[in-house]
Amino acid sequence: MRKPQPLQFYSEPLPGVDISDLQGKLIVIEGPDAVGRSTQIAQLRQWLEQEGHAVLDTGMARSALAGKGIQMAKEGNTLGPITMTLFYTTDFADRLENEIMPALRAGFVVLIDRYIFSIMARAIARGEDRRWIEQVAGFALAPHAVFYLRTDVEHLVSRVVLGRGAFDYWESGMDLRFGPDMYESFVRYQTRLIRALDSMVERYEFVVIDASQPIDRIFHELQRQIRRLQLLRVRPRKRAAPKAKATV
Amino acid sequence: MSLFVPNRYRGKLIVVEGIDGSGKSTQISLLSHWLRSQGYAVAFSEWNSSPLVRQATRRGKKKEMFTPTSFSLIHATDFADRMESYILPLVKSGAIVCADRYAYTAFARDVARGVGRRWVRNLYRFAMHPNIAFYFRVPLDVALGRILGGRDALKYYEAGMDLGLARDVEESFRIFQGRILDEYEGMAQEVGFHIIDATQSIEEQQRLMREIVMNVLGDSLKNGILHQPVGGDFNAQATTAPVL
Repeated sequence: MRKPQPLQFYSEPLPGVDISDLQGKLIVIEGPDAVGRSTQIAQLRQWLEQEGHAVLDTGMARSALAGKGIQMAKEGNTLGPITMTLFYTTDFADRLENEIMPALRAGFVVLIDRYIFSIMARAIARGEDRRWIEQVAGFALAPHAVFYLRTDVEHLVSRVVLGRGAFDYWESGMDLRFGPDMYESFVRYQTRLIRALDSMVERYEFVVIDASQPIDRIFHELQRQIRRLQLLRVRPRKRAAPKAKATV
Repeated sequence: MSLFVPNRYRGKLIVVEGIDGSGKSTQISLLSHWLRSQGYAVAFSEWNSSPLVRQATRRGKKKEMFTPTSFSLIHATDFADRMESYILPLVKSGAIVCADRYAYTAFARDVARGVGRRWVRNLYRFAMHPNIAFYFRVPLDVALGRILGGRDALKYYEAGMDLGLARDVEESFRIFQGRILDEYEGMAQEVGFHIIDATQSIEEQQRLMREIVMNVLGDSLKNGILHQPVGGDFNAQATTAPVL
């Protein structure tokens, strides 16, 4: 079992940021488009709040700084792959420093719908250098847990068709110009995304969850895993003294 | 290992760097006019000018939302957009692109804000290697005299007020520019700047720049560079450098 441990940056400390007083828990849900992440997060939030935890949930392109800019850029036709990667990284940095860290400082459970791994997977799917984006995103905190909702492309296709009923331009990777057909492009692009996420499983210690199961089964599996993080045992009283020194 | 991606195209990329008040904008403006007068197709790219990113940058500055990291990243995003949709296609097509500030500005300014040197160099690894990078070397007091003498109030981030270096804006600006100057001087060797003594007369600096351009690019300017159509006005949307 993974022991509760102080949060740390992956490879690049954020300038001027003290992380020795971060108390909360950082939990990430990752997975390709349309896999059902937000459904699970909504349920998890409800459950955690019932258990008495304060919860913050956040996700990509929701920052005060860059969220709107990203939406606007995606509506145009000139957003290049590197620009997109960096715009999302800016958005992430803003949320990390101004939302996620303050919540962790206050002892919240922070549920994140997609972390740097989706940014990295999209960059890799567009042929960008893996080491480049890994270093760029190296200022992220290593979460207490990353749950990777994994499934195959056929399952995603059925979810899109039965759910939304239409393919999205960006989720289909139409900017990669595989061809004019959105379905074919979706399949090729999402295959690349899944492959990129798969390649991160060991390195970033993803907990892989089979997302082709019924919603309830996935939820119970997530509950079981999150219980193992022993959220209730994290008490400021117990940790305050040794923790301040341990992380610097 | 090279910092950037080599330029394998027929066009050229010329950039100027230096602290505020070094006179670089005046010089690159004069140089681009001269190149244009020689018949070359010349385009111009200014730091922090991407239309795609403008809204976010403006918002962040107005509301003072930036941290050193998000400040660095939004400028890299702006740069990436200009690289992907402007500079790269223009250089590929054979134009001479003149840039007022380049990735080196981030190397100096972001590090002066506390961002890691290696991190910010990696961040800009996708940039095209300039054919010539001019660095306008000027003592801090000379540059400060030029800036503080004849302009409106210093802006918050420009003066490094976000770093809490001093309560007085001018004092903060002085300390911040001093740090940036140190970073420029520290990287001059590493990145191979063509150094121009910016205390010389404007005319003398311009003469030196043109000489360096001819020495470095001389032969390659003779063939391959895109020329303006006779009587045409190439790239009407290209901006001109603001004269300090």
